[in-house]
Amino acid sequence: MSKKILIADDEQNIVISIDFLLRREGFEVLVAGDGEEALAKVRAEKPDLVLLDVMMPKMNGFDVCQALRADPELSATRILMLTAKGRDTEVSKGLGLGADGYMTKPFSTKELLAEVRKLLET
Amino acid sequence: MLEAPVLIAASLFYLGLLFAVAWWGDKRADQGRSLIASPTIYALSMAVYCTTWTFYGSVGRAAVSGIGFLPVYLGPTLVMALGWIVLVMALGWIVLLKMIRIVKANRITSIADFISSRYGKSHGLGGLVTIIAVVGIIPYISLQLKAVSNTVSLLLSYPEIVMPHRSATMSVGADISFYIALILAAFTIVFGTRHLDATERHEGMVAAIALESVVKLVAFLAVGVFVTWGVFDGFADIFDRVAAHPELHTLMTAIPSGQGYTGWFSLVLLSGLAILFLPRQFQVAVVENVNEAHLKRAAWLFPLYLLLINIFVLPIALGGLLHFSGQGVDADTFVLTFPMSQRQEGLTLLVFIGGLSAATGMVIVETIALSTMVCNDLVMPMLLRHNRAALAESKDLSGLLLGIRRGAIVVILLLGYLYFRLAGEAYALVAIGLISFSAVAQFAPALIGGMYWRGGTRGGALAGLSAGFVVWGYTLLLPSFAKSGWLPGDFLAQGFFGVELLRPQQLFGLTGIDEISHCLFWSFFANIGAYVGVSLLRPPMVAEATQATLFVDALSETGQGGAVLWRGRAQVSDLQELVGRFLGPNRAQTAFAAFARRHGRDGDSTPEADAKLVQFAESLLAGAIGSASARVMVASVAKEEPLSIEEVMHILDEASQLRTYSRELERKSRELTAATLELRAANERLQELDRVKDDIMSSVTHELRTPLTSIRAFSELLRDDPKMHLPDRERFLGLIVSEAERLSRLINQTLDLAKIESGRADWNGCELDLKEVIEQSIAATSQLVREKEAHIEVDLPDNLPLILADRDRLIQVMLNLLSNAVKFLTPGSGRIRVSLSHREDGLEVSVADNGPGIRLQDQELVFEKFRQVGDTMTAKPSGTGLGLPISRRIVEHFGGQLWVESVPGEGATFRFFLPFAPEQSPGGAPQVA
Repeated sequence: MSKKILIADDEQNIVISIDFLLRREGFEVLVAGDGEEALAKVRAEKPDLVLLDVMMPKMNGFDVCQALRADPELSATRILMLTAKGRDTEVSKGLGLGADGYMTKPFSTKELLAEVRKLLET
Repeated sequence: MLEAPVLIAASLFYLGLLFAVAWWGDKRADQGRSLIASPTIYALSMAVYCTTWTFYGSVGRAAVSGIGFLPVYLGPTLVMALGWIVLVMALGWIVLLKMIRIVKANRITSIADFISSRYGKSHGLGGLVTIIAVVGIIPYISLQLKAVSNTVSLLLSYPEIVMPHRSATMSVGADISFYIALILAAFTIVFGTRHLDATERHEGMVAAIALESVVKLVAFLAVGVFVTWGVFDGFADIFDRVAAHPELHTLMTAIPSGQGYTGWFSLVLLSGLAILFLPRQFQVAVVENVNEAHLKRAAWLFPLYLLLINIFVLPIALGGLLHFSGQGVDADTFVLTFPMSQRQEGLTLLVFIGGLSAATGMVIVETIALSTMVCNDLVMPMLLRHNRAALAESKDLSGLLLGIRRGAIVVILLLGYLYFRLAGEAYALVAIGLISFSAVAQFAPALIGGMYWRGGTRGGALAGLSAGFVVWGYTLLLPSFAKSGWLPGDFLAQGFFGVELLRPQQLFGLTGIDEISHCLFWSFFANIGAYVGVSLLRPPMVAEATQATLFVDALSETGQGGAVLWRGRAQVSDLQELVGRFLGPNRAQTAFAAFARRHGRDGDSTPEADAKLVQFAESLLAGAIGSASARVMVASVAKEEPLSIEEVMHILDEASQLRTYSRELERKSRELTAATLELRAANERLQELDRVKDDIMSSVTHELRTPLTSIRAFSELLRDDPKMHLPDRERFLGLIVSEAERLSRLINQTLDLAKIESGRADWNGCELDLKEVIEQSIAATSQLVREKEAHIEVDLPDNLPLILADRDRLIQVMLNLLSNAVKFLTPGSGRIRVSLSHREDGLEVSVADNGPGIRLQDQELVFEKFRQVGDTMTAKPSGTGLGLPISRRIVEHFGGQLWVESVPGEGATFRFFLPFAPEQSPGGAPQVA
């Protein structure tokens, strides 16, 4: 059974590219355009992994991450934060909130895939 | 009922009451709960100013000269309340405040001590002041004796009103005033010299004096009310009746012709000086002052007291003249004889007690003050000079000091009695009082000069005081003797040795003014002249310069204790023993221990005393024996190495330099504090700017990374999958291109905004037709509009005035607004309306769409950098987030405004206004019709 991945990002073209990449690799892909939608879809669909953009309308990635980690039912869900703000404080903040990984935009598709696979295997 | 036993019992009861109050006041002071720590009591104690002279004499004077009696009370009134206005005439509380400061800082005990201390702790000067004070005050004391003995005689013949006999005709043994003098002496002794106090403060006495002030005021007001409403029918009735007597009528009209304005001026000046320099006033107002803040209330309460005690003077005087017309009743006795004539025994007794209050209050305080001066400034210095050996042997000298003071009290009162026998009968009460006032006024030049002029010297003060005193004696005292027949009266009329120019009351041919003004003129002329003249002969010496600094700078913060002008060697134990001989060993022990504690020298057993301790010991002694004697006594145990004038000036210079430095330091420190605050503010501003810059950088990088992310992802997808389907490939390539365009746009606009914000943008101002600009912009966006299948309406009137602006920049603004509008339109049903309208002072352009609109809370946000407002992914604009901020800055550059109006759901309208006369463009606004 293929793993289910949610892409949460408000930047349409980024979503298109990641969606294409992950589908090509055989993952099942869900999309959310803002933080609230992302949270709802995680709760409804229980994806194995969430690619979480930080700067999103309505609810930012950090808040979504925190909400997910507060829910024991979702403890198995992996979270990979994606952000265009690559400062160290942002990285440590994301990891401190319970994210499993962190990637800075722009990223290499290969590295993204490798990180995704790594998180899904463990 | 008013027989002798009743009078004696009432008097003794009253004196006993006073004594009880005094005893209670002293007890409370010992417990540290001062009874007199009240500004009201302080003001009441100052009312010791009002003696029998006021109580009986003011009515007497009013009966003779109408309102002429007023200046005596007006003077002090002005001193206290309007002192600064009439500074020349009456010195005011500023002087009083400074005197209080000086007295407290230097432990001064009397006015003689004050003057002697100021001019280098001179024995001679203190002695001279004491002599002047004693000689000057004796008539005043005799006045009290006269008043009391007169009233006693009057009462003894009650209910008949028989004017008292002249004392001079009786033997001393039969003279009632002699016994009164002795009783007063005894009473003063138990009152004021029960123990020796280093601070020379008598709290119990002050409490009793305050009570006496109340008693005499109540008694006088009672008579006034009785006369005005009891005997007559109110003020109007009295004045009406007086108006019927032409010879009395003149009393109510202004200044009696005989006295003139000079007399008025002299009296106001004298009274003003008396309030400061009478020994008893100096005692209660300065030495006994517990808290200088009390001055504030005294400044209005004391004048109010004087006003109250004078309200009924004229009614009683006029009423008395009407009532006793032709009966030979002395006007000085009206206050008492009025109730007597009406058979008002209770009131009569109250008046007698009131008069007794006025007399005892004055006599007690005055003789205590004088005895202190006699002891500290006259007798002690003589003992020190002639009998130092005996003094040195004695272990405890406090008994000797008390003995001297007690003796002085008896002697002073007996002298008062003597003057009364010799001269008192010839004069009315007021005239005697003024003789004393004139003597005391002689202190003014040396005292006030000493407080404000550094140049005054001991010689100058001695010369001035002596000259003034001699002139006073010649022009006032001797004539008073002569008029009473004790001296041959010839010299009054012919002058000494028959020289007419030397006639005492027409000195050097000065005529046409009253004797008081005459005396005042010549004595002040001689006094001030000698004081200033002799002072200027040589510069101040060491001790004088030192004391001058302490006195003149008394009010400045650093004036006291700035420099210690003493150098030498002394043993702590010697000093303590010395102080103990005068104050008692226990008191000395306590004081020295307290000093050590205060200066953090607890447990420090250094036998050597430093200058500060020597000064402290001296000030302790000064409280008991006066500053001049204290200096001599301290010198006997301390080996002082004399300082030369150069050294003193050096020390004083250092002190003043230190003060200058410290002022400079304070100023610098204030500046530094201010600078620190400024720096902190600047730093905060910088940090704020830094934060803003940081945020902008962070935003910019974020905005740059976003399109880069897409570009890189699509490129890698294309690279890694050469066999990608053609439609995907084309779609991805298209996205790459559009993201690359977005990236370029972003970079361009970021740079553009940076340029505008830093003021480095190029502006090509020219006159332009806004309509043409709008049409051009609409044409440029027509492709976008068509793609959205939107409809665009225009409303652009012709012939509008031209605008001075940059054409390309305005096109940039229009393109931004149009593309924004298009971006949010629903495909197929979108409508845009562009209109241009003429406002009073400019043109307004609006671009309205029927898109989703902007929530009220977001309407200002859209003009912030990188703030794109959109809710959903589809609504997220693909713009840079810089278009509107740039547009707003462009419009503002030409003096206009750009804003948005919107109702969510009904579209948004962006409007901008450009004025005809843009403030940014010098050269005036182009106005083309």
